Amino acid sequence: MIEEIITSGRMNPEIDPVLHVWGWEIPLYLFLGGLSAGILIFSAYFSLRNRQDELPIAVKWMPLAVPFLIGIGLLALLMDLSHVLYAWQLFTNIRWESPMSWGAWTLMIITPLSIAWVAIWMEDIFPKWDWKFDEVRTAVNWLQKYRRIMAQVLILLSIILGMYTGILLSAFNARPFWNTSILGPLFLTSGLSASAALIAFFSKTEIEKRLFTRIDVILIGIELFMIVHLFMGHLAGTQVHIQAARMFLGGEYTVPFWTFVVGLGLLLPVSLELLELKHKFIPAIVPVVLIIAGNLALRFIVVSAGQASRWLY
Amino acid sequence: MNRREFIKIAGVGAGSLAFATPLFDFSKGEVLAPDVHPGMYSKRTPTYCEICFWKCAGWVHTNDKGKIWKITGNDDDPHSNGRLCPRGTGGVGMYTDEDRLKTPLIRTGERGKQVFREASWDEAFTYIADSLKKIAEEHGPECTALFTHGSGGHYFGNLLKAYGSNNIAAPSYAQCRGPREVGFIATYGEGVQSPERVDIRDTRCLVLIGSHFGENMHNGPVQEIAQATAKGASIITVDPRFSTIASKSKFWLPIKPATDMALLLAWMHVIIYEDLYDEAYIEKYAYGFEDLKAHVAQMTPEWAYGITTIKPDVIRETAREMANASPRVIIHPGRHVTWYGDDSQRLRAVAMLNALLGSWGRRGGFYNPAKVAFKQYPHPPFPKPDRSWKDAFPGKYKLAGLALASGICDATVPTTERDCSFKAWIVNGTNLIHTLPNQANTLKAIDALDLMVVVDTMPMEITGYADVVLPECTYLERYDDIRVSPHREPTIALRMPAAEPKYNTKPAWWIAKGIADKMGLGHYFPYKDMEEKLDWELKQLGTSLDEMKRIGVKKFKREEDDLYPLQNLDDFEFYTNTGKIELFSTAMEDEGYDPLPKYTAHEEPPYGYYRLIYGRAPMHTFSRTANNPLLSDLMDENSVWVNPKIAKEWDLKNDQYVWLENQDGVVSKTPIKVRVTERIRFDSVYMVHGFGHTNKKLSRASGRGASDADLITRVHIDPVMGGTGMRGNFVTFRFEAGKEVAS
Amino acid sequence: MRYAMAVDTRKCVGCNDCVVACQTENDVPVGHCRDWIVEVTTGTYPELQLEIRSERCNHCANAPCVRTCPTEASHYAAGGIVLVEESECIGCKACITSCPYDARFVHPEGYVDKCTFCAHRVEKGQDPACVSVCPTHAMVFGDLDDPNSEISKAMATRKWKSLIPEAGTDPKVFYLL
Repeated sequence: MIEEIITSGRMNPEIDPVLHVWGWEIPLYLFLGGLSAGILIFSAYFSLRNRQDELPIAVKWMPLAVPFLIGIGLLALLMDLSHVLYAWQLFTNIRWESPMSWGAWTLMIITPLSIAWVAIWMEDIFPKWDWKFDEVRTAVNWLQKYRRIMAQVLILLSIILGMYTGILLSAFNARPFWNTSILGPLFLTSGLSASAALIAFFSKTEIEKRLFTRIDVILIGIELFMIVHLFMGHLAGTQVHIQAARMFLGGEYTVPFWTFVVGLGLLLPVSLELLELKHKFIPAIVPVVLIIAGNLALRFIVVSAGQASRWLY
Repeated sequence: MNRREFIKIAGVGAGSLAFATPLFDFSKGEVLAPDVHPGMYSKRTPTYCEICFWKCAGWVHTNDKGKIWKITGNDDDPHSNGRLCPRGTGGVGMYTDEDRLKTPLIRTGERGKQVFREASWDEAFTYIADSLKKIAEEHGPECTALFTHGSGGHYFGNLLKAYGSNNIAAPSYAQCRGPREVGFIATYGEGVQSPERVDIRDTRCLVLIGSHFGENMHNGPVQEIAQATAKGASIITVDPRFSTIASKSKFWLPIKPATDMALLLAWMHVIIYEDLYDEAYIEKYAYGFEDLKAHVAQMTPEWAYGITTIKPDVIRETAREMANASPRVIIHPGRHVTWYGDDSQRLRAVAMLNALLGSWGRRGGFYNPAKVAFKQYPHPPFPKPDRSWKDAFPGKYKLAGLALASGICDATVPTTERDCSFKAWIVNGTNLIHTLPNQANTLKAIDALDLMVVVDTMPMEITGYADVVLPECTYLERYDDIRVSPHREPTIALRMPAAEPKYNTKPAWWIAKGIADKMGLGHYFPYKDMEEKLDWELKQLGTSLDEMKRIGVKKFKREEDDLYPLQNLDDFEFYTNTGKIELFSTAMEDEGYDPLPKYTAHEEPPYGYYRLIYGRAPMHTFSRTANNPLLSDLMDENSVWVNPKIAKEWDLKNDQYVWLENQDGVVSKTPIKVRVTERIRFDSVYMVHGFGHTNKKLSRASGRGASDADLITRVHIDPVMGGTGMRGNFVTFRFEAGKEVAS
Repeated sequence: MRYAMAVDTRKCVGCNDCVVACQTENDVPVGHCRDWIVEVTTGTYPELQLEIRSERCNHCANAPCVRTCPTEASHYAAGGIVLVEESECIGCKACITSCPYDARFVHPEGYVDKCTFCAHRVEKGQDPACVSVCPTHAMVFGDLDDPNSEISKAMATRKWKSLIPEAGTDPKVFYLL
């Protein structure tokens, strides 16, 4: 028998007995960041392909939500900061080794850019829109000229943002479950999938709906592949990674993860979407709600499980 | 420049700058350490610790706001060698504890119900003085007793003596170390004393029987064990539990509890019959060797194996280990030795084993402590009392050297045989409810009292039963007597206040003097304040209060060079009847006790019950530190250690709460957490003493853990000196609370 | 200069003095701690072993907390001591999750707190508080770059281990075996 105990009564709040410094704020922030990234990528990409009129929801409408989503996400992040009055310190340094730092900087740039991106589509989607001030009008007109460059920059930054939501976690090698580089692509894909599902849900044309449903099916397929890969990687890793994987393969996270993330969040909606593509009637709201819920569950479970996974000692 | 900038600069090559300024300005005896670290600008005042009786000297550091910041050891102090134990370091918590007694209280409701009214000191003194006068008139002053543990005892002792009673008892005798003193006095004519005169620092083999140094943080021995083992000394630990020190021992003998005597006798057998004893030493100093040799002839390791479960070859090997180290070997006498009722005899065996190995009076064995001749501030002679507590026990406990706390308690319960029972108790700094075994009896005694005064810093179970509660300030807020302790070198230490007393609390000397004044006994306390008294006393020693305030501890030269008086087989007259080390005790024989210790089989746990073994945790002292915010943060409840085999039988899981029920059907008042651990034998359970407080005024300690004292209802009285053997209780597990309602 | 600490597991009795001393020296709020004691028992009665360790921030040479800190609050100070600058800490807790030793916590005032190796004492040439009180002298603190320092000698003459070196942190608290 091995008995390992702390005999000095250590009970640091949120550290003992199991680390739980991050509650709901961080996973929500990661989810909203990923979703925003997904929306911006699709919008920018299809505008580069000049399909804005064919795919108006994806290119013109959905970005409207982004400033709000990012806003809520940042609010959640601020709520998590325990020394929030010093939050400005984030922008006194660029710390390349710290995902938290370049995440903050990416958001710092992407937030105004996303607002500008929304602005250039405003007159398109609201024909009666009036900017009221000439200066604004001039500025928006000026921006219109750089739409392509903006789109290219947005794609780049959004990929960084989407990846960052996962890399933020995978940079912590102290938490073996997070310590896999596949979390970045996985969270990016998952964010793209959620936004594709949302676009498909809101789209009014068959072309747009089918395109994004198809995209979503592919993305979910990639996600499933990456999840399998995540566990393969862990199981082929060191003892601590194996133990981390075991939390999901028989351990305490098995049921929530495989039920809510994989079953209800990926397999069921992807099946419904496949049926939809075969022209079976599926209520449009169902897959999108399942996907978003699965997306949230993925982040909540990963954030929680990562904190519960630790090095042996 | 802030600290960070400083460090950054230091980091680029100005590191040496960092060490240029000394922290302490010793020339003034005060620390003046201007520093950017908050609270680092500090002043220090000397003290000696009151958390346990080891009384380590140290410094109390206060910051620039006069707030007590930390306590550290005094380098010149042989008790601490500059390093306090966790309790001493955590002594600050005793001062900051917001649950402290804050003002005098007079009981208005029933005893034990904790209904009090706040009173002024004058009111409280008048109440006590009137009651004591009445008791003196009706029953005689001898019917008043003092129970004390700590520095205040001296003043209340003087108050009692001035009043006309000599019944001053400390539970540290009959509930703790009494049998040890009796056993050693019977053998060597001298006791072990406190601090123990063991020369662990220079020993080569240390034998611990049930002592768990490390968990028991008696500072001196713990430090010296570390020093000795670093120099290659071996440790032999006899304990049914794999204690911390057992883990650091060369030999751990997981003995069956209650059979230590058989092991000691078998060791003596091996040492005598393998000619491993110190022949010259025994020849010169010992009386009764041949008697002993004949006595242990049949007590072979094989005989002991059947009793102790320790294999014969291990008994032989450990005996040889001791003999190889002889005379630098210590069979440690322990401290809390009231276990099975034959404890004086067991400690006799320990003393004899040491004698066979020639360790008494030798380097690495037992040294001869010295202390300064200290003159108390003069006061008129005390009246001579007509009676003492011993009158209540004719023909019993004849070798008891000090008053028995348990004896006084017994003599308080009125019986038809006795014409006078105790009528008043003054209790200072000892929580008798947890300290004395057999709580029911203690409560019966308290019930029969006319007056009970409790002087303490904290609300304890005992304060709930008091008629008058007097709030003493903590040791950090008061002067006390000079610590005069015996050691390798004589030393004295000063305790002075580091801060004003918090709340309406007062030092014990002031309280005792105040009561004396009210009773017209003020002339026994003929000093204005402690500064006057201490300065006078210190001047007799060629120092002064001023000097002591600066240095805290003063060392003196030994008057004679006799630290190891038997080192070279020098002539020596022992204070025994024969003038020799009495292997055969004539004093015991004269009083009708066994002159040579015998093995007696003690009762074993019935089926489904386990022997209750209790001990200590390094961060707590008895039940008095359980509410200390710093120390309760480290350990706020005890657990019951259960062997995995037993846990499996009972389906017990780690951290599950259970109640314990003893052989008499008494159930612990509070539940206790289970700790399933290989570190305990299957026939015993272990718990740390001092938890399970029921006084709700202890916000951190109340209801946390369980009290072993609740479960010690069966007491095996040592016929030699009245010690209360407490290790003969057996418990089983219960999964629901007992019927008794917690008081 | 490279500060490090070595804890002698043979001498340590797990008395907790280091923990209390840290608490008072650094005014660590009750309910929080910068150092702690771990006891590991292995074996079956009566064949048993016990290892006791006084643990704290390992002041890693490759400290993940410094790496993941988005501001420069977590930083290396003189001698490699890892410190947190309160006024630069935003409380994002990335450092807490990045520490494999769980050595950090959020101070009630909001910033992240942990063992400082008592930098304020060390810069004056004193030992950290925990080392200075240890009744068994089980702890040694000093400069690894100085071959004559007590710690260099202890490390050279004794077998030792550090905690989770495989996490790549290059810890600087060592355990003498």
